Amino acid sequence: MDAADDVNLDLAAGAEAQSSGPGETGELELVQRAKAGDVGAFSELINRYERRILRLAKRITQNEEDAEDVLQDAFLKAYENLDRFQGNSKFYTWLVRIAVNEALMKLRKRKSDRTLPLDEPMETGEETVQREIAVWEGNPEQKYSQEELHNILEDAIQSLAPSYRTVFVLRDVEELSTEETAAALDLSIPAVKSRLLRARLQLREKLTRLFKKQPEDMLAYL
Amino acid sequence: MLTCKDFLRELNDYLDKCCDPSVRAEIEKHLNDCPNCFVVADTTKKTVNVYKGMEAQPLSDKLKSKLMGVIEAKMRGCKKA
Repeated sequence: MDAADDVNLDLAAGAEAQSSGPGETGELELVQRAKAGDVGAFSELINRYERRILRLAKRITQNEEDAEDVLQDAFLKAYENLDRFQGNSKFYTWLVRIAVNEALMKLRKRKSDRTLPLDEPMETGEETVQREIAVWEGNPEQKYSQEELHNILEDAIQSLAPSYRTVFVLRDVEELSTEETAAALDLSIPAVKSRLLRARLQLREKLTRLFKKQPEDMLAYL
Repeated sequence: MLTCKDFLRELNDYLDKCCDPSVRAEIEKHLNDCPNCFVVADTTKKTVNVYKGMEAQPLSDKLKSKLMGVIEAKMRGCKKA
């Protein structure tokens, strides 16, 4: 493991304490048992989070093969470093940070990626966001099949620049806090906020084009 | 008085319910008066919610078996050591 990994894992292990819900005690118990060498306990942690880690990895890397490598490497690294997880944060948050680090390394290594790298300063002027102002027609979950909606949402998210996409996925899909997202991506809090706003507005714009209510008088031209 | 530009700047905190109560009240007043900003707030909120509602797809049997094979081999290795 290199120095960057060490920093990432230390940051993750030192994350701020969070309140634990009913499921959290079970998670910590599983971690304790896994630390003591219980293979079944770590397998249970994998079962709980494998889908979300794979989805996160796919969204960051935009590559199926890379995402599968990230999934495997993240769990391996988590297992190897379990002793450094002190239980001050949720295990899932710690695991996400490891997975994000792995996924970003894949993304940086891939020379074919021509979009903005995550650490490149970017324009944040609101005027660059075109605004489509239209109410949505009903509820997209009812209007489209699950598969259609899944494809629409994935296409929209994949069209974002990696720097926006990753922040959006961590904040709004994986529900990390602004502080956790900033630590995971090594960004300042204002940068996370600014990128999240632009990601949300760009996605809103893209989805509005598909979900907007058509004016009734359009029927006159049919 | 809050402008449309001010509203956009506060939109994240408004949606995340973490802005000051006085700012929130100003935003809500603005949303009552400005139909465009009302639509932007409403559709941005729906955008976030539609993504939150997405279920992650299960792993294929092949991938699951590969993942568990690698992890279990690692665990056995660590135990022996």
